[in-house]
Order: sequence, then C-alpha cells, then structure tokens
Amino acid sequence: MGSATFADDFRRPGMLHATILRSPFASARIDGINAEQARALAGVMLVLTADDLPGGGPAIPMRLFSQPGMEEYLQRPLARAKVRYVGEPVAVVVAESRYVAEDAAELIEVDYEPFEPILDPLVALDAGAPRVHEHTDSNVAGAIVISNGDLDDAFDRAALVVEERISCQRHAAVPLETRGLAAEHDPATGELTVWGTAKLPHVNRRILAQLLNWPAERLRLVELAVGGGFGARGEVYPEDYLVPYCAIALGRAITWSEDRGEHLQATNHSREQVHDVALALSEDGTFLGLRDSFVNNTGAYVRTHGMVVPGMSAALLPGPYVWGAYHCEARQVVTNKTPGGTYRAPGRYEVNLVRERIIDIAARKLGIDPIEIRRRNLIQPEQIPYASGAHTDGNPVIYECGDFPLLLEKACERFGYEDAVRWRREAVKREQRRGIGVSYFVEKAGIGDYEYARVELARGGRVVVHSGAASVGQGVDTVLAQICADALGVLYEDVEVRHGDTRATPDGMGAFGSRATMLGGAAVSQAAACLRERILELAGRELEADAADVELDGDRLAVRGAEERSLSLAELTERAAAAEAQAGSNEPGLSEEAWFQCRDMSFPYGVQLAAVEVDEETGSIDVVRYLVAYDIGRAVNPMLVHAQLVGGAAQGFGGALLEELSYDGDGNLVSSSFMEYLMPTATDVPDVDILVTEDAPTPLNRLGAKGAGEGGAAAVGATLANAVSDALGVEVTRLPLSPSHVAELVRQSTATQ
Amino acid sequence: MTRTVAVTINGATFEREVEPRLLLSDFIRHEAKLTGTHVGCEHGVCGACTVQLDGTPVRSCLMFAVQASGHSIRTVEAMADGGSETRLHPLQQAFHEEHALQCGFCTPGFLMSLEPLIPALVGASDDEIREAIAGNLCRCTGYQNIVSAVRLAAKRFDAQHGTNGSATGPE
Ligand code: FES
Ligand code: FES
Repeated sequence: MGSATFADDFRRPGMLHATILRSPFASARIDGINAEQARALAGVMLVLTADDLPGGGPAIPMRLFSQPGMEEYLQRPLARAKVRYVGEPVAVVVAESRYVAEDAAELIEVDYEPFEPILDPLVALDAGAPRVHEHTDSNVAGAIVISNGDLDDAFDRAALVVEERISCQRHAAVPLETRGLAAEHDPATGELTVWGTAKLPHVNRRILAQLLNWPAERLRLVELAVGGGFGARGEVYPEDYLVPYCAIALGRAITWSEDRGEHLQATNHSREQVHDVALALSEDGTFLGLRDSFVNNTGAYVRTHGMVVPGMSAALLPGPYVWGAYHCEARQVVTNKTPGGTYRAPGRYEVNLVRERIIDIAARKLGIDPIEIRRRNLIQPEQIPYASGAHTDGNPVIYECGDFPLLLEKACERFGYEDAVRWRREAVKREQRRGIGVSYFVEKAGIGDYEYARVELARGGRVVVHSGAASVGQGVDTVLAQICADALGVLYEDVEVRHGDTRATPDGMGAFGSRATMLGGAAVSQAAACLRERILELAGRELEADAADVELDGDRLAVRGAEERSLSLAELTERAAAAEAQAGSNEPGLSEEAWFQCRDMSFPYGVQLAAVEVDEETGSIDVVRYLVAYDIGRAVNPMLVHAQLVGGAAQGFGGALLEELSYDGDGNLVSSSFMEYLMPTATDVPDVDILVTEDAPTPLNRLGAKGAGEGGAAAVGATLANAVSDALGVEVTRLPLSPSHVAELVRQSTATQ
Repeated sequence: MTRTVAVTINGATFEREVEPRLLLSDFIRHEAKLTGTHVGCEHGVCGACTVQLDGTPVRSCLMFAVQASGHSIRTVEAMADGGSETRLHPLQQAFHEEHALQCGFCTPGFLMSLEPLIPALVGASDDEIREAIAGNLCRCTGYQNIVSAVRLAAKRFDAQHGTNGSATGPE
C-alpha cells in the first residue's frame, strides 16, 4: 500500500516532461500558430503543432465496430486548421520540468476565429445545422436500425400506448488516477518503450506501431499500476501518440500526465443519450411492441470505440422480456463536446433507464404492480437459448443461458418486497415520501476474440502464469492465480501471475468488457489443465507408475496407494531439466500455452431493487435499502465479485444522483474540477446488499463464468428513477436526480395532486 | 528566485532549493521521491494527497513546499514497519483483510486521514465511520469495505489499548 508504481511515479534518468496546449474554444478555425517565444524559453526542448507531424498527424483508428464513412470523423493527435471541442490538443511542449513546459505552452500564440458551437445532439440533426466536420454532409457519423416483428400491427392492436422522451446525462468513468504515460527511445538499441498503457497492451502496440510507422517488434509496452479503468483508460488517445513521437524525435525519455481539469476535458465522456420511446401493451400488461429512436452524443470525434456505445444500447434495449415487435433506430451524432467512448456498462446504463422507466409508466397507467408486469413478460427458461432478434456489429444477441423468473423471485425475497410495499404505505410525515423501484436487466460480457495464457512450472516448483489479460485494478491477478491453482491442483500461494509486458507475453487482448475472467481465466484454465497432464505423465515416469495413478496435492506428487513413492514439484522440475539436457531437447521446460477463443458474447442478468425516502423540502434522496441481484454463472472469487458489484453500484449512484458533465452555451465544460463534478463520497452511497446467484452457468467457457464487472452499475439509474417516480407520483424522465431536479419534481407532484 | 525548504519527512531531513510555487505534494513525490502520496485533483477535494503535518492530516496539494519548511511530515511510507510491506501497520492490515482497496490509488490518502482518528472511532456506528471518511474519494470500492476495515481496525485498537484500561492484546 503505497509502493505500487503509477504512471506519474515512474521516472527515468534525465526524463523530460510533456504538456499539451488545449483549445479554449468549442469550435474555431485556426488561422495561425506562433510558437517562437515558447521554443526560445530556457529548458524547452521541443514544441510541435500539427504541421510538424508527418502528414499533419495520423487519424487514430477505431478498433471496434466501425461503419463505412466513419473514418471521416476520426481525431488526429493535434488539431489541424480547426478545433472542435474545448480541450482539443493544439500543440505539445517538451521541457526539462513540467512547470517550464506549462510556462512555455502559455507563450504559444494561436490565432482563433471562433464559431457558434453545436452542443445539442438534436439540434445537430437539423438539416440546416452547420457541420461539425465541414467536409462531411451530416453530423450523423453512424446509424443502426434493428427491426423485428410487425410493429404497426402491435401498435394497432394495443389497448395502451405510452410514449416518452427519456434521456441520460453526459457523465464519465473518472478514475481517481488521471491518465499518464512515459516513453523512452534508446537510439543505441533502436527500441521504443512505452510505460503505463493498461487494458490492451498488445492491441495498442499494433495500433501505435502503425500510427508511428515504427516496427512493432521494436516497440515495447509495459503496464504500470493503474488507478482505475472503467472503460475510459487504456484506449489510444492523442497523447498516446504524441509522447512516444516526441521521445523518438528527441531520443530521450519523456513523461506526461494530465491534471484533473484536463482529464475531465480530454478523457472519454459517455452516457449522453436522448430517446423517444413508445411501448404498446394489451390490457393485461402483455408487451406487444417496443419502438425507440435515439441519439448518442459522441462529441467532436469518433474515437476508438466506433459504434460500440449506441450499438450496445440498441442490442440490449430489449432486456429480459418477450416483445411482439421491436424496432430501434440509433444515431451516433457529433457535436462540439469532448469525444465519447465507453464507461462501465456502456450503452446499457442508458437503455436500462429507458426500458424500465417506460415499463413503470405503463404499469402505473394499467394499475399493475411493477413486479407483476415484469413477471408476466419475462422470457421463460424453456425459451433459452433465446435470440432476442437484436444484434451488434453483425453478431446476433442470443441469451445463451438464464432463468429470468427465478432470479426475480429470489431478488424479491431477499429484498423483502412485500414488507417494503407495506413500509411504503405506512403513515408517514407528508414531506417524507417513500418509493420502491425495481429494474431487470441483461448485461453482456466476454466480447473480444481470444485470450492467451502460458502456465509454467518453473525450477524450484513455483508456478508462473503469463497472461495476455491486463490488470486495470480489478483484481485480475488474484482470480487468474486462483483459477490456475484449481486447474493444476497446487496451492494458490505458489502461483505467481505476470502480465502487462508485451515482451514477456507474446500475445493477448487485455481487460475490457468484463472479459478478464471469462477469456483470460478460460485460457489459464485450459493451459493449466494441459500442464497438469504433462506433470502427471512425467511424474509417472519418474515414479514408475501409471500417470493416472499419480496424485498432485499441494506441491507433492505421489502414487495413489503407495504414498511413500513421491516427489515434490521442485524435484520434478530438476529431473525434467536434467532429462532435457541429456536428450538435447530444446523444448521450453515445463510449460503449456493456450488460446481461448470465444466469438460469442455471454449475457449475465440482474435485478436491482431500491427503497427510498424523498425529502420534499431539501430534494434529497435517502436510499434506505438497495439490492443488486446478479446471476454470473460461476463466481470464481466471490469476494472479488462482491467488491466489483458494490464498487459498480457506487458509480451507478454517482450517475443517478450527482454526476454531470455540463456545458455552458459557448461550449465550455462547466464541471471541470471536482468542485463541480460531484463524485459520490462515503455519505452519498448506501450500503448495498449483494445477491450473487450461480443458477445459469454459461456453456461458452469451461468455467461457466460470465463476468461480473458491470452488473453493479448497469441499472442504478433505472432503479432510482423508478423509486423516485413511485415516491412522488410523477414520472422521472432524465438524470441525474440532483436536489434541484428533485425539487422541480416535487413541485410538479404537488401541482398534480 | 528559489527558496530553501527544509522539512523532516518520516524522520529524514530533506533540504532543497525550490521554486516558491512548488506544491508540497510535488515536493514529497518528486524531490523526496516518496511517491506513495498520490495526486487525484490538485484542488483539495479527493484527499489522495493527504499526509500528516505535525501529526494532523493535511492535503499536500493545497500547500506550497515552502510553507512546510521547518515542519515534520509523515507519509504512507512510514506506516508499515521499517517502511517495508512485510509488516503492515494495523490499519493497513485491516484494509488488506477487508479488501478495502481495488486499484489502491486512494488508499494512502485514506490511511493518512484515518490513522489519527482510529481511537475516536472505537464503537462508532457505520454512519459515523462514513462521516469520518467522507473527505476522501474512492472510485473503485463503493466504500463498503473501507467502512468494514475501519470498524475492524477500531475494534482491534480497542482490544489492544482497551477503553476499560486493560490491554487484552490482539485477537
Ligand atoms: S490531490 Fe489533493 S485533495 Fe485531491
Ligand atoms: S481503490 Fe481505486 S480509487 Fe479507491
């Protein structure tokens, strides 16, 4: 505690410091840049603008879910001719100290011709709206349409149709450590090393090598400790190109880290969506059809995630229910705000709010209990595997396992739903209004094609796992060690996990989308199982017994029924090495590798329930009780799963109650420090009850595990919005439920009574 | 236009010529090279940079190094026995056992803020513990396990130092 090396802790001899000059305008033409004074300042080594980069600097590519034409909206490392959001990099300065670099950046004169920015994604859609990217013919960078069943017929037959505009506010991952990285070019060896990159070392190496036009085999990425990822960290950002580029140019080591204000302007935003949703029902509450049209405000540029966020929204809006017909139109819209990307439960936090809200609105109109209306419409176990009819990036959404009604019953029982309903009705002070909220959601986990692992029995009997999965502070080491120990039959304490150095592990994808356990774990499990076989076979030879009769217990191998014939793992490695030397074999000792391939997504699912008291006078919300119930197939390490769910829920509370990246009319980010961007403290979040079930292991991997990273966050906005609507008897249609927003709802509520 | 700063950090004296605008957090991290003290906001909000100045928790991002001259500072590095990770301070031990950290970036700040408070938190309710840690942000844990760790540390402190006056030793 305190000894881990984070990016800004990392120093090399003679290291230089980089800083970025950022645009103060949301939309402006750059008529000229004069950096002479900055270059002349003592201690300044390098100042670069777009004109100094080859070809003006390469466009940073999408690594996921691209559509034709979207390349037009990509970002380059430094703005060329035009800036499109406040915070966009315009120049990079490298100097002897950070203070000098910042002084120099202030001396750079940029001649801007500002324009009126476009901030509202609905305004951006207008045919007459100016283009954020003037060389394109639309502010819609990408679009998705999903259509199933006869929607017109569903709406014609409906006894009730409810329609609403429901929106989710822009907020972001905001890990406690800001982004940072270091790069060093050693002209003697020709090697370029980049430290700090988390999440996707091997993928990023490929992208970075391509952008820098640098041979991948001379580019090494080394992961440092990271202070939280949550989707935003570890993508290729402009700075990930600029810092290594400068290191090559100077043949030196350079470090860069952003301050909090820069982080809030520069690191991916997320969650800003506006939905027009309509639900058609029969009189008994059967869902006949769901229609939705929405925009995802992705800000000024399309970044590495391409269409992932709106794609996930459209794919998982249907949730755990049977719909007669489903029609969804999604548009990825560009505006003059900070570019967007994924944040824990990307695209799902938003649509869970939309779907679960519109269901409650209908239930209230029909006079049906919210639990009952959900129960009536859930996909039944015998319908599994269930193709929801939705798809994402060409992959059909197939709920491969699940017992949705069972989890709903378990959750209600654990929460004490009946008691809560009574509690809600009990006579209370008029100004203290009570409400209950429920939401049901389907998550997705385990995307990413494959993961690599090598499990090695090292000399001395230690087991070393080399994984391609990366750690983003989520405890992946512990999980992988545990999986390995289980599969191999050794003690957890004897397993060491290594990852995050592209030199030590030849391949791998990383940690994203709750995939570290699913894919990384499956690869480790597979490799460990193979290694176990080899160990038993070798031991059999040494002990002159059949491999099937050899038992491995902790660090001892013994012949079943003749325990005196035994040897330790350490002895085995010695003998194996000796035998190898004799045979002149060049097999790499005792180790096995495995690639775990998975083309299909897995779909964990969950229920969240809340009991709240809303204070009419202060507009504050007291969450009296909160439950996250989640089926993840198999909890490899229940304590870590629990911690992930509680931590995720806290982020969900932030998004539901406090956090908003708001802009003024000129496109300045108003919430540009922790004074305005309110993150939940210990007194802002309640104790969360966690119910993890293992009723539906996935058939997609040998562990049955579905990934637990996102289920805590996914439906907090939905659940609290439902609870507050229930308490006040008015319909919440946007987040966050800040005190001023709640005060407004209270006014509406008293006006309608 | 540099000035001389002389501070004692974890018992060792550091004397440096620094610019008056150098933050105490930067001094600790990059002059004294004690990088266990983290910086999350530079605005005095997140608490990650908390150190103890003459025994009182302060936010090192809100002070200039020159203001600390002549004072004595304690950082997270001084907590574990001999500055090693092998023998954890009882509060660190409690954090470890209760899984009160994920990425660990916030942890030094929590430890520095909490260390002097533990005696006062013996027998505190969860709400009181939450109040006590509300000045530090954690983005990963949702605080639940931090509350448990504080409860455990306070309980052990009580068992050892005994509010009833008789030391009962560790459990
Ligand atoms: S860095 Fe000092 S309080 Fe956040
Ligand atoms: S453990 Fe990551 S911020 Fe607290």
